[in-house]
Amino acid sequence: MIVSQISDEQLAFLEDKANQIREDIIKMLLEAGSGHSAGSLGTADIFTALYFHVMKHDPKNPDWEDRDRFVLSNAHICPVLYATLAHAGYYPREEMMTLRKFGSRLQGHPHRGILPGLEASGGPLGHGISIAIGMTLADKIDGKRRRVYCMLGDGEQDEGQVWEALMFAGKNKLNNLAVVVDRNNIQIDGFTEDIMPMEPLNEKYRSFGWHILEVDGHNIRSIVDAFDEAKAVYEKPTMVIAHTIPGKGVDFMEFKPEWHGKPPNKEEAEKALAELEQIKSLGGKITCEHH
Amino acid sequence: MLNPDLNLADNLFDDPDQVPQRNGYGDGVVEAGEKNKNIVVLCCDLTESTRSLAFKKAFPERFVEMGIAEQNMAGIAAGMAFSGKIPYIASYATFSPGRNWDQIRVSICYSMANVKIMGAHAGISVGPDGATHQALEDIAITRCLPNMMVIVPCDYWEAKKATIAISETNGPVYMRFGREKVPVVTTEKTPFEVGRAEIFKHGKDVTVIACGSLVYESLIAAGSLSKEGIDVRVINCHTIKPIDEGIIINAAKETGAIVTAEEHQVHGGLGSAVAEVVSKDHPVPIEFVAIMDRFGESGEPDELMTKFGVKSRDIIIAVNKVLKRK
Repeated sequence: MIVSQISDEQLAFLEDKANQIREDIIKMLLEAGSGHSAGSLGTADIFTALYFHVMKHDPKNPDWEDRDRFVLSNAHICPVLYATLAHAGYYPREEMMTLRKFGSRLQGHPHRGILPGLEASGGPLGHGISIAIGMTLADKIDGKRRRVYCMLGDGEQDEGQVWEALMFAGKNKLNNLAVVVDRNNIQIDGFTEDIMPMEPLNEKYRSFGWHILEVDGHNIRSIVDAFDEAKAVYEKPTMVIAHTIPGKGVDFMEFKPEWHGKPPNKEEAEKALAELEQIKSLGGKITCEHH
Repeated sequence: MLNPDLNLADNLFDDPDQVPQRNGYGDGVVEAGEKNKNIVVLCCDLTESTRSLAFKKAFPERFVEMGIAEQNMAGIAAGMAFSGKIPYIASYATFSPGRNWDQIRVSICYSMANVKIMGAHAGISVGPDGATHQALEDIAITRCLPNMMVIVPCDYWEAKKATIAISETNGPVYMRFGREKVPVVTTEKTPFEVGRAEIFKHGKDVTVIACGSLVYESLIAAGSLSKEGIDVRVINCHTIKPIDEGIIINAAKETGAIVTAEEHQVHGGLGSAVAEVVSKDHPVPIEFVAIMDRFGESGEPDELMTKFGVKSRDIIIAVNKVLKRK
């Protein structure tokens, strides 16, 4: 691992930002009455790292030609993307509460073109990874150096398209691509290794021609460092296996497959927000140190 | 007998040239690629067969070999389109838009990605490969998708012109080709405009609306019927979506009876599209020449066209039938 470039002040800012995004995810899902809680909460640290530190982008100029791209392949966790885009300034924060409602730009699953900052539509699993690869390939043909980021779900590995895409990216040595897989071990019907065992993921990706990094998906310093290392890798795309806790930050949701695809009710939301408030008072220290 | 304004092939009824429509795509995409550097071609291990080879040779840096992975091809094309490319993706129609329909629906159509889907080996005339490789449902599954344009060229020249024309339209397009050589009905000078059907033969008693290889069969049928004193109008309806409603409604009003003809399942293809227009605006009797809700099989193209009822003979039968219902 390369020496981290991120200062303690930056880290504290990012940890606080991730917690604010978690709070908004809870509020959005309560208001929507449906949606995916566990993955949204579990990836808030990764989204914060990407949009507030790693990626080159300009929320005031969402169509900026040279921006880095982010594609959400496990698009059902879009509440975290929507909340992150609002916090980054892509659209007004009050609009977050229109999630899944009639006339909203925050569709149940993302619709490219209606909300600034959305680079792709998504919903059916396996799609986003191919789209991200297509963006990277176009840049490679044009000699452009902007980077493309993509998030995959771990349950999404069940889809054949993912492996078609991984094979293609390895063959074409798409070094401007960094994919992060949200390894939270749950999918709708239960634990991933019960539904369709996918381990050893690390070895599988490696054999497909990828550079592999594994991180604690709640240690923002590790996440940032991993994406930094990815930039230094030539001749290979990078896969960051981020080990996360589904429902992170809300004790009664953590590790529970039943929270994959449902929102909190009012009582649960209040409890969740109280827990997140408590974490804030601890100075945002919800990560473990990773060596 | 043919519409004199359209410069159709003058040897049509004697000994027409025979060329596969896919050659028109192959030549057209090279020409379009010369003009527009953003055009890229993606192909799933069928480079020669889909006639993508000429583009690969002309612009190797803009050709992408996908391997046998149609779903990934559709997604990668969408991503390339979002970054300014105009991808033409080529495979057999049963695989693309067949196997990758979900990716075409969401990654391409829902997202308004500027991707052109080239489906080769469509129709019963694919022949010996049998039912698995004979796309008979592709018009139906693409026509139902919002934002999608659907084109079925009748011959080499039309395929070439359409391939070039769609490089200048923004949004997803599906275009289908057969495998076999088919008579060249049009010439380089025949006008072509996306979305605009053409009257290839004027007539007042009944209208045959056809697409693809059935345009030739319709003209042959019209020639035979004229000897019996039946004046048949023949419309080449190459753009199935958006369909040329005006020319269809006029045909319904002026001739009072319609026969549709296509190498596709009767459910959901050109016939259905025509019926949707006619029933809404000016209902008249319609007969459908198409594959009647069954899978194909192996055989020589002509044997199969005959068995499955999509030859000029079948159009003549349908015309006589619809005239009795007028």
